[in-house]
Amino acid sequence: MRSRSLLAAVALAMAVALAGLLPGEAQDKSAAVKPLRELPLAEEAAPPDITRQSVPAGGFERAYRQQPPLIPHKVEGYQVSVDNNACMSCHDWPGNTKVGAPKISETHYVDRQGVRLDKVAGTRYFCQQCHVPQADAKPLVSNVFQNATQAK
Amino acid sequence: MQDNEQVRAGPIRRFLRWFFSPAKTVAWGAIAIVFFAGGVIFWGGFNWSLEATNTEPFCTTCHEMKENVFVEYRNTVHYSNRTGVRASCPDCHVPKEWGHKMVRKIQASNELLHKALGTIDTPEKFNAHRLELAKSVWRAMKTTDSRECRNCHKFDFMDYAAQEPRASKIHQTALTQGKTCIDCHQGIAHRLPPKAKESYAEMLATIDQVGPVQRAIDFLQGADVAKAKAAQ
Repeated sequence: MRSRSLLAAVALAMAVALAGLLPGEAQDKSAAVKPLRELPLAEEAAPPDITRQSVPAGGFERAYRQQPPLIPHKVEGYQVSVDNNACMSCHDWPGNTKVGAPKISETHYVDRQGVRLDKVAGTRYFCQQCHVPQADAKPLVSNVFQNATQAK
Repeated sequence: MQDNEQVRAGPIRRFLRWFFSPAKTVAWGAIAIVFFAGGVIFWGGFNWSLEATNTEPFCTTCHEMKENVFVEYRNTVHYSNRTGVRASCPDCHVPKEWGHKMVRKIQASNELLHKALGTIDTPEKFNAHRLELAKSVWRAMKTTDSRECRNCHKFDFMDYAAQEPRASKIHQTALTQGKTCIDCHQGIAHRLPPKAKESYAEMLATIDQVGPVQRAIDFLQGADVAKAKAAQ
Protein backbone atom coordinates (compact mmCIF):
# COMPACT_ATOMS: atom_id res chain seq x y z
CA MET A 1 0.00 0.00 0.00
CA ARG A 2 2.79 2.43 0.87
CA SER A 3 4.84 1.45 -2.16
CA ARG A 4 1.82 1.99 -4.44
CA SER A 5 1.21 5.52 -3.14
CA LEU A 6 4.95 6.23 -3.51
CA LEU A 7 4.77 5.07 -7.13
CA ALA A 8 1.76 7.31 -7.74
CA ALA A 9 3.59 10.26 -6.18
CA VAL A 10 6.65 9.65 -8.34
CA ALA A 11 4.49 9.34 -11.46
CA LEU A 12 2.70 12.57 -10.61
CA ALA A 13 5.99 14.36 -10.03
CA MET A 14 7.32 13.14 -13.37
CA ALA A 15 4.13 14.21 -15.17
CA VAL A 16 4.37 17.70 -13.67
CA ALA A 17 8.04 17.93 -14.56
CA LEU A 18 7.34 16.81 -18.15
CA ALA A 19 4.45 19.22 -18.49
CA GLY A 20 6.77 21.99 -17.38
CA LEU A 21 9.54 20.85 -19.71
CA LEU A 22 7.59 20.28 -22.93
CA PRO A 23 6.58 23.83 -23.86
CA GLY A 24 10.10 25.01 -23.17
CA GLU A 25 11.54 22.41 -25.52
CA ALA A 26 9.05 23.35 -28.28
CA GLN A 27 10.04 27.00 -27.93
CA ASP A 28 13.71 26.11 -28.28
CA LYS A 29 13.04 24.21 -31.49
CA SER A 30 11.02 27.03 -33.09
CA ALA A 31 13.86 29.41 -32.30
CA ALA A 32 16.36 27.10 -34.02
CA VAL A 33 14.39 26.81 -37.30
CA LYS A 34 14.85 29.93 -39.42
CA PRO A 35 11.97 30.17 -41.86
CA LEU A 36 12.36 31.81 -45.30
CA ARG A 37 9.53 34.08 -44.30
CA GLU A 38 11.16 36.32 -41.75
CA LEU A 39 8.10 38.37 -40.90
CA PRO A 40 5.01 37.23 -38.98
CA LEU A 41 2.24 35.85 -41.18
CA ALA A 42 0.07 38.92 -40.85
CA GLU A 43 2.74 41.29 -42.16
CA GLU A 44 3.58 41.74 -45.79
CA ALA A 45 7.26 41.84 -46.72
CA ALA A 46 8.71 44.33 -49.20
CA PRO A 47 9.19 42.72 -52.61
CA PRO A 48 12.75 41.58 -53.34
CA ASP A 49 14.88 43.60 -55.77
CA ILE A 50 14.29 42.69 -59.40
CA THR A 51 17.24 40.73 -60.71
CA ARG A 52 18.03 41.45 -64.33
CA GLN A 53 19.05 38.73 -66.71
CA SER A 54 22.80 38.20 -67.03
CA VAL A 55 24.09 38.03 -70.59
CA PRO A 56 27.71 36.86 -70.36
CA ALA A 57 29.72 36.63 -73.58
CA GLY A 58 30.92 33.08 -73.04
CA GLY A 59 27.73 31.55 -71.68
CA PHE A 60 27.28 29.80 -68.34
CA GLU A 61 29.01 26.76 -66.90
CA ARG A 62 26.88 23.76 -66.06
CA ALA A 63 26.54 23.08 -62.35
CA TYR A 64 26.26 19.31 -62.88
CA ARG A 65 26.47 16.85 -65.76
CA GLN A 66 22.78 16.48 -66.60
CA GLN A 67 21.91 20.15 -66.21
CA PRO A 68 20.12 21.59 -69.24
CA PRO A 69 22.43 24.39 -70.45
CA LEU A 70 21.27 27.89 -69.52
CA ILE A 71 20.33 30.49 -72.12
CA PRO A 72 23.02 33.20 -72.39
CA HIS A 73 20.91 35.66 -74.38
CA LYS A 74 17.57 37.42 -74.12
CA VAL A 75 14.54 35.40 -75.14
CA GLU A 76 11.86 37.93 -74.28
CA GLY A 77 9.22 37.99 -76.98
CA TYR A 78 10.34 34.75 -78.64
CA GLN A 79 7.25 32.96 -79.87
CA VAL A 80 7.14 29.29 -79.00
CA SER A 81 3.68 27.98 -79.77
CA VAL A 82 2.03 25.24 -81.78
CA ASP A 83 2.52 27.45 -84.85
CA ASN A 84 6.14 28.49 -84.48
CA ASN A 85 9.24 27.81 -82.42
CA ALA A 86 11.55 30.80 -82.45
CA CYS A 87 14.41 28.89 -80.76
CA MET A 88 14.48 26.34 -83.57
CA SER A 89 15.20 29.00 -86.19
CA CYS A 90 18.79 29.10 -84.87
CA HIS A 91 19.29 25.97 -82.77
CA ASP A 92 17.95 23.37 -85.21
CA TRP A 93 20.22 21.72 -87.76
CA PRO A 94 21.12 22.86 -90.42
CA GLY A 95 20.13 26.46 -89.59
CA ASN A 96 22.49 26.51 -86.62
CA THR A 97 25.55 26.27 -88.88
CA LYS A 98 24.63 29.56 -90.60
CA VAL A 99 24.48 31.57 -87.40
CA GLY A 100 27.01 29.61 -85.37
CA ALA A 101 24.53 28.64 -82.67
CA PRO A 102 24.85 25.39 -80.69
CA LYS A 103 22.66 22.62 -82.09
CA ILE A 104 20.12 21.08 -79.74
CA SER A 105 21.16 17.69 -78.38
CA GLU A 106 20.63 14.64 -80.61
CA THR A 107 18.48 13.18 -77.83
CA HIS A 108 15.95 15.91 -78.62
CA TYR A 109 15.27 14.39 -82.04
CA VAL A 110 14.15 11.08 -80.54
CA ASP A 111 10.53 10.63 -79.58
CA ARG A 112 9.07 8.70 -76.68
CA GLN A 113 9.08 5.42 -78.65
CA GLY A 114 12.74 5.84 -79.56
CA VAL A 115 12.02 6.79 -83.18
CA ARG A 116 14.54 9.22 -84.69
CA LEU A 117 12.90 12.30 -86.19
CA ASP A 118 14.03 15.09 -88.50
CA LYS A 119 12.43 17.77 -86.34
CA VAL A 120 12.60 18.37 -82.62
CA ALA A 121 10.46 15.79 -80.79
CA GLY A 122 7.13 16.89 -79.37
CA THR A 123 8.29 15.88 -75.90
CA ARG A 124 11.18 18.35 -76.18
CA TYR A 125 9.31 21.09 -78.00
CA PHE A 126 8.92 23.67 -75.24
CA CYS A 127 12.54 24.68 -74.70
CA GLN A 128 11.97 26.83 -71.64
CA GLN A 129 10.55 23.98 -69.61
CA CYS A 130 14.19 23.02 -69.00
CA HIS A 131 16.43 25.71 -70.48
CA VAL A 132 16.09 29.04 -68.74
CA PRO A 133 17.71 32.46 -68.95
CA GLN A 134 19.97 33.07 -65.98
CA ALA A 135 20.17 35.99 -63.61
CA ASP A 136 22.95 36.48 -61.09
CA ALA A 137 20.62 35.49 -58.24
CA LYS A 138 22.06 34.30 -54.96
CA PRO A 139 20.61 31.06 -53.52
CA LEU A 140 17.76 31.71 -51.08
CA VAL A 141 19.24 29.16 -48.67
CA SER A 142 22.99 28.67 -48.52
CA ASN A 143 23.98 25.10 -49.31
CA VAL A 144 27.02 22.95 -49.86
CA PHE A 145 25.96 21.30 -53.12
CA GLN A 146 28.71 19.50 -54.99
CA ASN A 147 28.19 17.74 -58.27
CA ALA A 148 29.20 14.09 -58.68
CA THR A 149 32.55 14.95 -60.25
CA GLN A 150 33.50 17.36 -57.48
CA ALA A 151 32.30 14.98 -54.76
CA LYS A 152 34.52 12.12 -55.93
CA MET B 1 -41.96 85.50 -120.03
CA GLN B 2 -38.53 86.21 -118.61
CA ASP B 3 -39.92 86.10 -115.06
CA ASN B 4 -41.67 82.83 -115.72
CA GLU B 5 -38.41 81.27 -116.92
CA GLN B 6 -36.61 82.33 -113.74
CA VAL B 7 -39.33 80.89 -111.57
CA ARG B 8 -39.12 77.59 -113.41
CA ALA B 9 -35.31 77.25 -113.07
CA GLY B 10 -34.35 74.66 -110.46
CA PRO B 11 -31.98 75.32 -107.50
CA ILE B 12 -29.01 73.68 -109.25
CA ARG B 13 -29.43 75.75 -112.37
CA ARG B 14 -29.79 78.90 -110.28
CA PHE B 15 -26.66 78.05 -108.32
CA LEU B 16 -24.69 77.45 -111.50
CA ARG B 17 -25.92 80.72 -112.97
CA TRP B 18 -24.82 82.54 -109.83
CA PHE B 19 -21.53 80.65 -109.72
CA PHE B 20 -20.49 81.55 -113.24
CA SER B 21 -21.66 85.15 -113.21
CA PRO B 22 -18.86 87.70 -112.52
CA ALA B 23 -18.56 89.38 -109.14
CA LYS B 24 -19.59 92.95 -109.57
CA THR B 25 -19.40 94.63 -106.19
CA VAL B 26 -16.81 92.58 -104.26
CA ALA B 27 -13.25 93.88 -103.92
CA TRP B 28 -10.36 91.68 -105.08
CA GLY B 29 -8.94 92.02 -101.57
CA ALA B 30 -12.10 90.57 -100.06
CA ILE B 31 -11.96 87.65 -102.49
CA ALA B 32 -8.28 87.07 -101.65
CA ILE B 33 -9.03 87.07 -97.91
CA VAL B 34 -11.92 84.64 -98.36
CA PHE B 35 -9.77 82.31 -100.47
CA PHE B 36 -6.88 82.48 -97.99
CA ALA B 37 -9.13 81.73 -95.03
CA GLY B 38 -10.88 78.98 -96.97
CA GLY B 39 -7.53 77.46 -97.88
CA VAL B 40 -6.38 77.48 -94.26
CA ILE B 41 -9.61 75.90 -93.08
CA PHE B 42 -9.76 73.23 -95.76
CA TRP B 43 -6.08 72.30 -95.75
CA GLY B 44 -5.94 72.44 -91.96
CA GLY B 45 -9.06 70.33 -91.71
CA PHE B 46 -7.69 67.83 -94.20
CA ASN B 47 -4.41 67.50 -92.35
CA TRP B 48 -6.18 67.40 -89.00
CA SER B 49 -8.38 64.51 -90.06
CA LEU B 50 -5.36 62.77 -91.55
CA GLU B 51 -3.60 63.04 -88.20
CA ALA B 52 -6.70 62.14 -86.20
CA THR B 53 -6.96 58.86 -88.11
CA ASN B 54 -3.27 58.21 -87.57
CA THR B 55 -3.34 57.43 -83.86
CA GLU B 56 -3.47 54.30 -81.72
CA PRO B 57 -6.83 55.28 -80.13
CA PHE B 58 -8.31 55.62 -83.62
CA CYS B 59 -6.96 52.25 -84.79
CA THR B 60 -8.36 50.51 -81.73
CA THR B 61 -11.85 51.88 -82.24
CA CYS B 62 -12.29 48.89 -84.56
CA HIS B 63 -12.69 45.70 -82.56
CA GLU B 64 -10.85 43.85 -85.35
CA MET B 65 -7.71 45.68 -84.27
CA LYS B 66 -8.45 46.02 -80.58
CA GLU B 67 -9.17 42.36 -79.87
CA ASN B 68 -6.53 40.77 -82.09
CA VAL B 69 -3.37 42.60 -83.07
CA PHE B 70 -3.55 45.26 -80.38
CA VAL B 71 -3.82 42.71 -77.56
CA GLU B 72 -0.78 40.88 -78.94
CA TYR B 73 1.16 44.11 -79.33
CA ARG B 74 0.54 45.06 -75.68
CA ASN B 75 2.97 42.37 -74.54
CA THR B 76 5.83 43.63 -76.67
CA VAL B 77 8.69 46.05 -76.23
CA HIS B 78 7.18 48.58 -78.64
CA TYR B 79 4.18 48.99 -76.34
CA SER B 80 5.86 49.22 -72.97
CA ASN B 81 9.52 49.26 -72.06
CA ARG B 82 12.20 50.60 -69.75
CA THR B 83 12.29 54.18 -71.06
CA GLY B 84 8.64 54.63 -72.05
CA VAL B 85 9.50 55.56 -75.65
CA ARG B 86 6.87 53.88 -77.79
CA ALA B 87 6.09 52.97 -81.36
CA SER B 88 2.32 52.84 -81.77
CA CYS B 89 0.33 51.44 -84.73
CA PRO B 90 0.91 54.22 -87.33
CA ASP B 91 4.62 54.52 -86.47
CA CYS B 92 5.17 51.11 -88.08
CA HIS B 93 2.25 50.85 -90.49
CA VAL B 94 1.94 54.35 -92.00
CA PRO B 95 4.89 56.02 -93.75
CA LYS B 96 6.05 59.36 -92.34
CA GLU B 97 6.88 60.93 -95.68
CA TRP B 98 3.87 62.86 -97.06
CA GLY B 99 3.50 61.30 -100.50
CA HIS B 100 3.93 57.74 -99.29
CA LYS B 101 1.62 58.47 -96.41
CA MET B 102 -1.11 59.67 -98.80
CA VAL B 103 -0.78 56.51 -100.88
CA ARG B 104 -1.04 54.36 -97.75
CA LYS B 105 -4.07 56.33 -96.60
CA ILE B 106 -5.78 55.72 -99.96
CA GLN B 107 -4.85 52.02 -99.72
CA ALA B 108 -6.72 52.00 -96.42
CA SER B 109 -9.99 52.30 -98.34
CA ASN B 110 -9.55 48.58 -98.99
CA GLU B 111 -9.45 48.08 -95.23
CA LEU B 112 -12.68 50.07 -94.90
CA LEU B 113 -14.30 47.83 -97.52
CA HIS B 114 -13.33 44.70 -95.59
CA LYS B 115 -14.48 46.32 -92.36
CA ALA B 116 -17.89 46.74 -94.00
CA LEU B 117 -17.82 43.19 -95.37
CA GLY B 118 -16.81 41.83 -91.95
CA THR B 119 -13.94 39.82 -93.44
CA ILE B 120 -12.01 39.57 -90.16
CA ASP B 121 -14.65 40.46 -87.58
CA THR B 122 -14.14 37.44 -85.32
CA PRO B 123 -10.88 36.06 -83.88
CA GLU B 124 -11.47 32.88 -85.89
CA LYS B 125 -11.85 34.80 -89.14
CA PHE B 126 -8.86 36.97 -88.25
CA ASN B 127 -6.66 33.93 -87.65
CA ALA B 128 -7.87 32.37 -90.88
CA HIS B 129 -6.57 35.46 -92.70
CA ARG B 130 -3.49 35.98 -90.54
CA LEU B 131 -1.06 34.48 -93.05
CA GLU B 132 -2.40 36.61 -95.90
CA LEU B 133 -2.30 39.76 -93.74
CA ALA B 134 1.21 39.03 -92.50
CA LYS B 135 2.52 38.35 -96.01
CA SER B 136 1.11 41.64 -97.24
CA VAL B 137 2.85 43.60 -94.47
CA TRP B 138 6.08 41.60 -94.85
CA ARG B 139 6.10 42.33 -98.57
CA ALA B 140 5.56 46.06 -98.01
CA MET B 141 8.39 46.19 -95.46
CA LYS B 142 10.76 44.08 -97.54
CA THR B 143 10.27 46.10 -100.73
CA THR B 144 10.65 49.45 -98.98
CA ASP B 145 13.77 48.33 -97.07
CA SER B 146 11.80 48.42 -93.78
CA ARG B 147 11.37 52.17 -94.16
CA GLU B 148 9.05 52.57 -91.18
CA CYS B 149 11.41 50.62 -88.88
CA ARG B 150 14.23 52.87 -89.95
CA ASN B 151 12.43 56.01 -88.87
CA CYS B 152 13.92 55.00 -85.50
CA HIS B 153 16.30 52.07 -86.08
CA LYS B 154 19.12 53.12 -88.40
CA PHE B 155 22.13 50.93 -89.16
CA ASP B 156 24.28 54.09 -89.42
CA PHE B 157 23.69 55.01 -85.81
CA MET B 158 23.80 51.58 -84.21
CA ASP B 159 26.49 51.25 -81.57
CA TYR B 160 27.54 47.65 -82.13
CA ALA B 161 29.77 47.76 -79.06
CA ALA B 162 26.75 48.42 -76.87
CA GLN B 163 24.81 45.49 -78.31
CA GLU B 164 24.70 41.97 -76.98
CA PRO B 165 27.60 40.06 -78.63
CA ARG B 166 25.24 37.87 -80.63
CA ALA B 167 23.14 40.80 -81.85
CA SER B 168 26.23 42.85 -82.69
CA LYS B 169 27.64 40.10 -84.90
CA ILE B 170 24.40 39.39 -86.72
CA HIS B 171 23.56 43.07 -87.30
CA GLN B 172 26.95 43.70 -88.90
CA THR B 173 26.56 40.63 -91.10
CA ALA B 174 23.08 41.82 -92.09
CA LEU B 175 24.43 45.25 -93.00
CA THR B 176 27.12 43.84 -95.29
CA GLN B 177 24.69 41.39 -96.88
CA GLY B 178 22.16 44.15 -97.58
CA LYS B 179 19.47 42.58 -95.45
CA THR B 180 16.56 44.54 -94.10
CA CYS B 181 14.94 44.52 -90.65
CA ILE B 182 11.94 42.35 -91.54
CA ASP B 183 14.19 39.58 -92.91
CA CYS B 184 14.85 38.51 -89.32
CA HIS B 185 12.46 40.48 -87.11
CA GLN B 186 9.09 39.03 -88.01
CA GLY B 187 6.41 38.78 -85.37
CA ILE B 188 8.05 41.27 -83.01
CA ALA B 189 4.75 43.02 -82.38
CA HIS B 190 2.08 40.48 -83.32
CA ARG B 191 1.46 36.76 -83.22
CA LEU B 192 3.03 34.97 -86.15
CA PRO B 193 1.01 32.93 -88.63
CA PRO B 194 1.74 29.18 -88.62
CA LYS B 195 5.10 28.20 -90.13
CA ALA B 196 6.24 31.82 -90.32
CA LYS B 197 9.78 31.15 -91.62
CA GLU B 198 8.53 29.02 -94.51
CA SER B 199 5.77 31.51 -95.27
CA TYR B 200 8.29 34.36 -95.34
CA ALA B 201 10.47 32.42 -97.79
CA GLU B 202 7.39 31.79 -99.92
CA MET B 203 6.58 35.51 -99.87
CA LEU B 204 10.14 36.28 -101.03
CA ALA B 205 9.92 33.77 -103.85
CA THR B 206 6.72 35.30 -105.18
CA ILE B 207 7.56 38.93 -104.40
CA ASP B 208 7.27 40.09 -108.03
CA GLN B 209 4.17 38.08 -108.88
CA VAL B 210 1.55 40.75 -108.24
CA GLY B 211 -1.38 42.28 -110.07
CA PRO B 212 -1.51 45.72 -111.75
CA VAL B 213 -3.00 47.46 -108.69
CA GLN B 214 -0.21 46.27 -106.40
CA ARG B 215 2.28 47.21 -109.11
CA ALA B 216 0.89 50.75 -109.13
CA ILE B 217 1.03 50.89 -105.32
CA ASP B 218 4.63 49.65 -105.41
CA PHE B 219 5.51 52.43 -107.85
CA LEU B 220 3.82 55.12 -105.76
CA GLN B 221 5.32 53.79 -102.52
CA GLY B 222 8.79 53.84 -104.03
CA ALA B 223 9.04 50.09 -103.45
CA ASP B 224 12.10 48.46 -104.99
CA VAL B 225 10.81 45.00 -105.88
CA ALA B 226 13.74 44.22 -108.17
CA LYS B 227 16.22 44.86 -105.37
CA ALA B 228 14.19 42.77 -102.93
CA LYS B 229 14.06 39.99 -105.51
CA ALA B 230 17.81 40.19 -106.14
CA ALA B 231 18.70 40.19 -102.43
CA GLN B 232 17.55 36.59 -101.96
